[in-house]
Amino acid sequence: MTLIHPFRLAPPPRDFGRRGLIAGTAALLASPLSAAPAAAAQPPAPAASGGQSAVIDVDRARAEPIPIAIPALAGTGGDSERLGRDIAGVITNNLGRCGLFRPIDPQAFVSGPVTAELPNFQNWKAVGAQALVTGRVESQGDNKLRVEFRLWDVLPGQQIQGTAYTTTLTNWRRIAHIISDVIYERLLGEKGYFDTRIVYIAGTGPRDRRVKRLAIMDQDGENNRFLTDGSFLALTPRFHPTKDEIAFMSYANNRPRVYLFDLGTGRQQLLGDFRGITLSPRFSPDGSSVVMAETNDAGSSIYIMDLASRRARRITDSGAIDVSPCYSPDGTQIVFNSDRGGDQQLYVMGVDGSGVKRISFGQGRYATPVWSPRGDLIAFTRISGSTFAIGVMHPDGTGERILSESWYVEGPTFAPNGRVLMFWRETPGSDSRGRGFTSRLVSIDITGFNEREVTTPTDASDPAWSPLLS
Amino acid sequence: MNAKVLGALAAVALLAACAEKKPEMAAASGAGAATMPTIVPGSQEDLVKNVGDRVFFDFDKSILSGEDKATLDRQSAWLGKYAQVNVQIAGNCDERGTEEYNIALGQRRANAARDYLVAKGTQTARITTISFGKDRPTCTESTEACWAQNRNAITSVK
Repeated sequence: MTLIHPFRLAPPPRDFGRRGLIAGTAALLASPLSAAPAAAAQPPAPAASGGQSAVIDVDRARAEPIPIAIPALAGTGGDSERLGRDIAGVITNNLGRCGLFRPIDPQAFVSGPVTAELPNFQNWKAVGAQALVTGRVESQGDNKLRVEFRLWDVLPGQQIQGTAYTTTLTNWRRIAHIISDVIYERLLGEKGYFDTRIVYIAGTGPRDRRVKRLAIMDQDGENNRFLTDGSFLALTPRFHPTKDEIAFMSYANNRPRVYLFDLGTGRQQLLGDFRGITLSPRFSPDGSSVVMAETNDAGSSIYIMDLASRRARRITDSGAIDVSPCYSPDGTQIVFNSDRGGDQQLYVMGVDGSGVKRISFGQGRYATPVWSPRGDLIAFTRISGSTFAIGVMHPDGTGERILSESWYVEGPTFAPNGRVLMFWRETPGSDSRGRGFTSRLVSIDITGFNEREVTTPTDASDPAWSPLLS
Repeated sequence: MNAKVLGALAAVALLAACAEKKPEMAAASGAGAATMPTIVPGSQEDLVKNVGDRVFFDFDKSILSGEDKATLDRQSAWLGKYAQVNVQIAGNCDERGTEEYNIALGQRRANAARDYLVAKGTQTARITTISFGKDRPTCTESTEACWAQNRNAITSVK
C-alpha cells in the first residue's frame, strides 16, 4: 500500500529524548534592587521551589486572569534580537493559552525591550500590568546561548525571580517553556506544565485504510515529529514517568501487542510473550512496571508486568472485558474499565486485584479512566445515547462533573500538575467516502473552562501528556 | 438490521448471477468476447462471492444470530472442502465506542465466529484471529446503516 503523506516523514528516530539537556545550567540572578526586601529573601531555584506561597491567589486568578507584560527580551545583535522576540512570543502564547494570565498586547506598550537592569515601573503600571517579564539574550558563540530572565511585581516594583540559563541555540524553545513554568509557579503557587511534550497518534488517509503513526510534539504543538513510518497501526502511546520511553500498542507483523519505544534511540521492543492481544499499557508511577490488558476467550484480563524481571502477574479474571487500567499516583490502586456488570463501567481495585469496587453510576457507559497526578480526580469518557463526554469524578465515584460533550470525544490525559486535560474530538464523516471526518486534540481546564483546540499537522488522537521534563 | 438483510440479499443476487453467467461465458469465449475472470475454487474470491465472508453483530454484542450461523455453516462446509486453506478471522467494531474496549470487543466477535467453526469441525490450528477494533471499517459513512456493516467478523484466506 502506497500512501502519499502530506507531510515529510521525520528523519530516522534518534535522540528524541530531551531530558536533562538544561540541567545544571540555571543560575540565580540577584535583584538589582539591593535595598528592597525581596532581594534579601531571594527565592530558591525553580527546580527546588516546591511549596512556597503564591504571590497571587489562584482562585481569584481564575475569575480574573493576571495581566502580565512580556516585552521582547533584549538581544545584543542579529540572532539574539530575533530570539529575544521569539522567546517572549512562546511565553506569551503559553501563559495566554492556559487561561490564568492575560498577556497585554505589545501594541499597547509604552516602552520597547527593557535594556536597563531596572525597569521603569511607571511604564508598565500605565498599561495595567500586574506582572512584568524582562530579560536578555546573549549569543555566546559555538552554538551557545545565555538567557537571563527576571519576573517583577509591578505595583511594589519588586523582583520576584531572576534566573539565567545557558544552553545550545537549538534549545531556545525549552528555555521559553521553563521560564513560563517559573512564572506560572511563582505567581500561582503551583507547578506549571509548559516544559512538557505530548505523544499522540497522527492519522492520515482514508478511514478504511487509515495510516496511524506515533508522533510527538511540544505541549504547544511545536517540534512535531513522526516516530513510526505508518507501515503498521500504532495506538495508545503513554509516557514513562521518568525515562525517555513510551509504551504503546503496535500492529507490527499483524500481531497487535504492547511495545516499548525508546525516544533516545528509536528502538522498539515487544513487551512480554503473550498469547492474546496485549493492549492499553500504562506505567506504574515509579516506572518499574506496566499495567495492561490481554485478550482471552471471554474478553480480557489485566496484568502487571515487572520491567526488570519481565514477569507478568494476572490481577483480574472476571470472564468479561477488563481493560484500560491506570494506577493511582501513589501506586496503591488501579482504576479500570470493565463490562462485567453488563456494560462498560469504571472500577477501582488494589494493585493485587483485591477489593474491586464499581465507582461509576451515572447515566450511560464509562470508559478510559485516568487518575489525576494530584490523586483527587479520575477523568473518563462517558457515552450516553448518541453523546460522548469527557468528565471527572472523585476516586470514590462522587462529584461527577462533565467538562465537554459532543458527537465524539475520548481519551482524557492529565497535564502533570493535574490542572488541565487533553483529549480528542472527532466530527462525523458526511458522505460515503467518509469525507468531513476530522479528529483533533483539545485541551480544557479541569474547571471546564478554557477549551481550546491543539494544532497538529494531521488528524490526531490518543494524546498522552509527559511529566515535566525539567 | 437493514444492512444485514441487504447484505444477505446481495449475496443471493451474486450467487444467482454467477449461476446464470457461467454458461453464457462458455458460449461467448469462442467468439473472442471479453471473458469474466474465473473464480478459483478455494480462493478468497470464492469465499466472498459464493460462501459469504462475514457475520454481523448488534451494538456492543458478540452473539451470533441465526443468519450468522447459516453463513458460518457455509464457511464450515467450504473449509471442509478445501482442507489446505487456512483463514484469519478479524473482529471489527463501529466507531461509536472507545478504542481500547473496542479492540477487546472485536476480539470477542472474532472468537465467537472461530468457536462456532471449531465446534462444526474446523481444526483450531487452521484459524487465526485478530481484532482491529474500529480501525478498519468497511463502510466510512457516519450512519447507523454503516455502523451495522462495521460490527462484524470477517473471514479471509491466509
